Amino acid sequence: MAESTESSRSASARPDGTSGPAARRTGLGQGPGRLLVLLYGVFTVAAASRSIYQLIAQYHEAPLAYILSAVSAAVYAFITVSLVRGGEGARRAAMVCCALELIGVLTIGTWTLADPSAFPDQTVWSDYGMGYLFIPIFLPVTGLLWLRRKD
Amino acid sequence: MIAALTVALGVTALLLAAWCGWAAYRDQPTKDWHFIGMAVVALLAIVQLVVGIVRLAGGDDPDQGLAIFVAYLIGSALAVPIAAFMSLAERTRWGSATVAAAAVVLAVLEVRLYDIWGGVGG
Repeated sequence: MAESTESSRSASARPDGTSGPAARRTGLGQGPGRLLVLLYGVFTVAAASRSIYQLIAQYHEAPLAYILSAVSAAVYAFITVSLVRGGEGARRAAMVCCALELIGVLTIGTWTLADPSAFPDQTVWSDYGMGYLFIPIFLPVTGLLWLRRKD
Repeated sequence: MIAALTVALGVTALLLAAWCGWAAYRDQPTKDWHFIGMAVVALLAIVQLVVGIVRLAGGDDPDQGLAIFVAYLIGSALAVPIAAFMSLAERTRWGSATVAAAAVVLAVLEVRLYDIWGGVGG
């Protein structure tokens, strides 16, 4: 956030014409990537706090669901960090994680519908992320498109 | 008190989301006026955090548990300020879109807070 102060007043004050994103090569976490960083950050916090609370307070009620929530939190956290760090290595790692995330949402989504008894409590990925406005299923697709574009 | 604040925050958050979403649609970064709007919403969220803690200290008990209630209060107080800093660093339409997304998240948090506190009781 070091660059934030100098550009804080108004967009037109920038002499180098910030309106053209092509002027400077945009990183993974800039431009549309900034929006992805926010959404992945939100889901990291949501999944992590949910799973930590549930693992501590009510582990025995639905251990499978809570462990899967913790796994999804780790995936979200890794992608958030990769987007912020940028670079080719981070881009590839984030792509792998987005693919994992997509597979996870589809698998858990199908699993929760096929065998609800295995999941007495919800996870972030239950019913394809229905409890989270289906964002969990759109997010990895958007992430993969964004990361692919950077070749 | 909690209920009124929660509704007020939900509505102002959605207004902020629409306003910044409009700026993003018109390919504009966030301007000073947007930041004033964000400050108003952020201030309301901080007031809500303080009122919530005071109510808890006074012996009130949220329906769905103390830890969840406090976590949501803190989350809703942080959402808009974090997005505001991100839009300072991102002087394009995507900075506006980020604030709009955070404001929608805040509105969702308010709906959940309303449930967690126990509906109309507060």
